[in-house]
Amino acid sequence: MALELNAAQRDIASRQDGAGMAMRIVADAASLLGAPRLIPIASAHIDGALYHGDSGTLFAERLVDGGAKLAVRATLNVGALDLTGCSRDRLPPHERAMARRMMDAYRKLGCEPTWTCAPYQAGHRPAKGTDVAWGESNAVVFCNSVLGARTNRYGDFLDIACAISGVAPDYGLHQPANRRASLVFDVSGLDPDFLASEIVWPVLGSLIGREAGPDIGVVSGITSHPGDDALKAFGAASASTGAVGLFHIAGVTPEASDLATALGGEAPVRTIKVSPAMAADAQARLSTAERPDVIDAVAIGSPHLSPAEFAQLAALLAGRKVAVPFYACTGRHALAEIERRGLLEPLRVSGVTIVADTCVVVTPMLPDNASGILMTNSGKFAQYAPGNTGYAVLYGSLADCVESAVAGRAVFAVRAA
Amino acid sequence: MISIRCDVLVEGETSSGETLVLDRPISFWGGVDPKTGRIADVRHPQHGQTIAGRVLFLPGTIGSSSASAVLMELVHNGNAPAALVLDEPDAILLLGLIVAREMGWSAPPALRLPKTDHPAFAGRTISVDASGWLTTA
Repeated sequence: MALELNAAQRDIASRQDGAGMAMRIVADAASLLGAPRLIPIASAHIDGALYHGDSGTLFAERLVDGGAKLAVRATLNVGALDLTGCSRDRLPPHERAMARRMMDAYRKLGCEPTWTCAPYQAGHRPAKGTDVAWGESNAVVFCNSVLGARTNRYGDFLDIACAISGVAPDYGLHQPANRRASLVFDVSGLDPDFLASEIVWPVLGSLIGREAGPDIGVVSGITSHPGDDALKAFGAASASTGAVGLFHIAGVTPEASDLATALGGEAPVRTIKVSPAMAADAQARLSTAERPDVIDAVAIGSPHLSPAEFAQLAALLAGRKVAVPFYACTGRHALAEIERRGLLEPLRVSGVTIVADTCVVVTPMLPDNASGILMTNSGKFAQYAPGNTGYAVLYGSLADCVESAVAGRAVFAVRAA
Repeated sequence: MISIRCDVLVEGETSSGETLVLDRPISFWGGVDPKTGRIADVRHPQHGQTIAGRVLFLPGTIGSSSASAVLMELVHNGNAPAALVLDEPDAILLLGLIVAREMGWSAPPALRLPKTDHPAFAGRTISVDASGWLTTA
């Protein structure tokens, strides 16, 4: 079916200004996707302000010069720079200047300078059933799964083009029929102690992402709501090992009041009984380090840490000093809150480097170390750090990360699932 | 001589070049150096080869939503492929070409051809015209 624009959309698309450029980009993408029409959106989350090269900066500045303005609310994902001054990157001068120009251009378009991959914890929570255009894989999966709002994975350029035009291609996860699960992941056979642990969520997320790929899975066997931070870690891990855009947890997430509802009343294509051995394998695969006793740095906060996670970190550190560089990545929404709660200063005294507005896997920040080993409790950092930073990864719980950082070598309280 | 007509996914300049037929799908973000066009993914069987100036046959692409940014950066710095031939339309990747054209930069065309037809073009020099014809030299 060919794309049909209404008269107003056709009129905008014929213009030579920024709004015209944005509408043509949305329409061209819709044609490629086979979408029959454009639908109104309530908000956007923009992942396009992270510097990958000068062309992206020139694109954003072209929109600004063309007088483009947002039609809907839009928050910004991380940039390449920490504008709060909490941490220092190692970008060369030209790249730093162009990254800064890019961040400035997106602000001039009217985007909110949230600079976080956890906008859903920074006051941006669209209502269940609303259509939105969100970018960044973990934000997309949280928005769809935990909030029940509807978005596809919006890539660089299309996210801002939708925010300016206020419309998005009608296809994929915007359509209710495409949101039901076809795979069941039954975790009821896992040890209750493991299911109650912090690491269960990133571990299961990475396992399910790998198994599900782009298909939609529903998890059964979870008996109580684990909280937003756990679902954040689960979704981020699943979206880094697979192309997961939406998951359901029976009895927990808004479109899965029970298993049958999540499946849309149909039989699943496949049921995967998650065994302790599968969970242990998924946990082992999060680590790539060959010598699991040495660490050179610790990084947490992918997705960005919430104030509650900072409180856990401060409690585990209990005023002790870290012996290796320790990076805690977050957004300025959480930074302001932990300062208000009196958590910021004790963390700094312990030697923790707070990284705001960006994170250590998207911009060069870790010390240059070709044989370095990075410890993390994040399934997403575990997936991306080797390729993006050159560090091998050692995976552990937050408590393990803290004890290891204090000791200056890897310390594990519990070794396996 | 082989000559075949493909669907045009994104219009672009008429071009020609040596082919590079990828054996496996690739992620542009993290998998291709945005400065040089060299395949940087160490797990990819064609790691170390370059896509710059080549007629690039893609059996598939792997996910990052920044693939479009990498492709547009290659267009801007002159290291884009001469043309892209895809098994399936990939809206995220091809946005890099759509936006490059909006910016007024000369961008390569993207065509659609089933991946089973890709191997026949390996090791050839081919030309691509505006109506979607692929022709070996």
